[in-house]
Amino acid sequence: MSLSAEEVATIRANIARRKTRDLIFSGIGILCLAIALLTIAALFADMIITGWDRFRPGFFTDFPSRRAAQAGILSAWVGSVLVMIVTAVVAVPLGVATGIWLEEYAPKHWVTDVIEININNLAGVPSIIYGLLALGLFVYTFGLGQSVQTAGLTLALLILPVVIVATREAIRSIPQMIREAAYGLGATKWQTVKDHIVPYSLPGILTGVIIGLSRAIGETAPIITIGALTFIAFLPPSPITDAAPFISVEWLKAPFTVMPIQIFNWTSRPDAAFHQNAAAAGAILVAMTVTMNAVAIWLRYRLRKNIKW
Amino acid sequence: MSSPLAVSAARPVSDRLAKRASRHVKERIIEAILFASAAISVFVTLAIVYVLLKESFVFFSQVPVIDFLTDTQWTPLFDDAHFGIMVLLSGTAVSSFVALLVAIPIGTIIAIYLSEFSTPHAREIAKPILEVLSGIPTVVFGFFALLFVTPILQWFLPPLPGFSLLSAGIVMGIMIIPIVSSISEDAMRAVPMSLREGSYAMGATRLQTALKVVLPAAISGIAAAYILGIARAVGETMILAIAAGMQPNLVWNPMEPAATITSFIVQVALGDLPHGSVGYNTIFAAGLTLMIFTLMFNLLGFWLQRRYRERY
Repeated sequence: MSLSAEEVATIRANIARRKTRDLIFSGIGILCLAIALLTIAALFADMIITGWDRFRPGFFTDFPSRRAAQAGILSAWVGSVLVMIVTAVVAVPLGVATGIWLEEYAPKHWVTDVIEININNLAGVPSIIYGLLALGLFVYTFGLGQSVQTAGLTLALLILPVVIVATREAIRSIPQMIREAAYGLGATKWQTVKDHIVPYSLPGILTGVIIGLSRAIGETAPIITIGALTFIAFLPPSPITDAAPFISVEWLKAPFTVMPIQIFNWTSRPDAAFHQNAAAAGAILVAMTVTMNAVAIWLRYRLRKNIKW
Repeated sequence: MSSPLAVSAARPVSDRLAKRASRHVKERIIEAILFASAAISVFVTLAIVYVLLKESFVFFSQVPVIDFLTDTQWTPLFDDAHFGIMVLLSGTAVSSFVALLVAIPIGTIIAIYLSEFSTPHAREIAKPILEVLSGIPTVVFGFFALLFVTPILQWFLPPLPGFSLLSAGIVMGIMIIPIVSSISEDAMRAVPMSLREGSYAMGATRLQTALKVVLPAAISGIAAAYILGIARAVGETMILAIAAGMQPNLVWNPMEPAATITSFIVQVALGDLPHGSVGYNTIFAAGLTLMIFTLMFNLLGFWLQRRYRERY
């Protein structure tokens, strides 16, 4: 079978057209990725340029004020740190224990299925619903108040699925032979878990914890829902006291504000001078979450590279 | 682990090798503690359902369900109170629609590009950047929508007001891109190589292979990505509370400001509502509505995701 010159030309033109389309799509794909990249760049640049005048040492050590130029984020960042401590203390043991149970102990049983499906669903519940849960349960039923402990507990429940999923993935990547070797030497299940499974999955768990906390530190809606105050010109009581026993937990019950609430408050004021404060605080918050994410991504990358079973 | 050592019990080789009862008890206690931790997640769900139902029950004992579903006004804090959830649903629907118009095309194209076109090296760089995008706090996105995106949009569309569903929806869409792109890409990469090889052997280009072979094969996973994206858009709060205004309007025009279910809850929580008032119960009724919608979308999404995993 031979083709006429015309037919060959048609086919060549057809191929050329299809290859051009291929190239055009490549261009569109890069363009779409560029939109994502440009948004991050524009957002960060906008925050830094708008908030530039506010970057002074006093911004970190001043309380919020009625005068925008003198207002700082002291109570906000201290509040964020305290809330994150409570969140981590609650979410990490609970999440890791759940992950261990699901991977190492859980029998094939409907109870296990229920717990697994349930965790999947919890991961998809909007954050503001956790705020309503906290308002109805922690604030009004348990009487924990609109305090640091309520906020910390709420965010802990919110990031629990993240910690559980990360723990499970880390544990699942440990080969079976490690467990068999431990059992072979007469170790019990718990000895195997605590001496081998947990230490080997630690970097993976840490990655999940950091990503979870970076999400919690930027969460605004559930904290507003439990009724955090937006204007706090004092710090919670210090955890270290000069009288015995030198440690106080009064700060858990203190009213508080956090970085995202402070940003929201400044953004929603009509006076544009406060928008500069919001931008500066926003830039700091974004820098914090991006740094945490970067550390987590780097940890995961190192993990993949270094561990070869 | 209770198999006895092959040594007679009367003369153990060593006391250290003898079976200790305490060991067994300790194991059981630890297992019980671990199980209790896992069970707490179930209690969290039950607590959410309990709180929402309990407070909503009080609400619906004062406001008929029919009014809630059919009234076209939402003025729960006025003397002449109306409780038409349609008003808030319209805001949620319009803003989510705008967000999906942004997120679905861009997210799908990024997924196709990363899965079928880009080099592995480019993918290694692009994926963390997308993760960073999804990790930016929503309150910052809200600021960005109100004070950066809205002025730019007003330049193109002068009648656009300072608060609008359009601006909030666009920024929300950009925030959702990583969800759509990463789940879709996972679905496409799960398509076996043999299908692609067959297509290339027939002389198809990469674009033809992507659109006519890979995309149809991964369609249920991609649908799952879209639906989980919708669930995220419906539950998004801060961008809308900041950039969309909080006036409850029954609107279908994205150029107008409106309240959504989520921004209404924020608005009420910002004020000082006494515990037990109708206004206080309203936010739980709104929350219950939101929960029902997101739960439906999430379950559908998970079901679709599971389906594509089983196929190959």
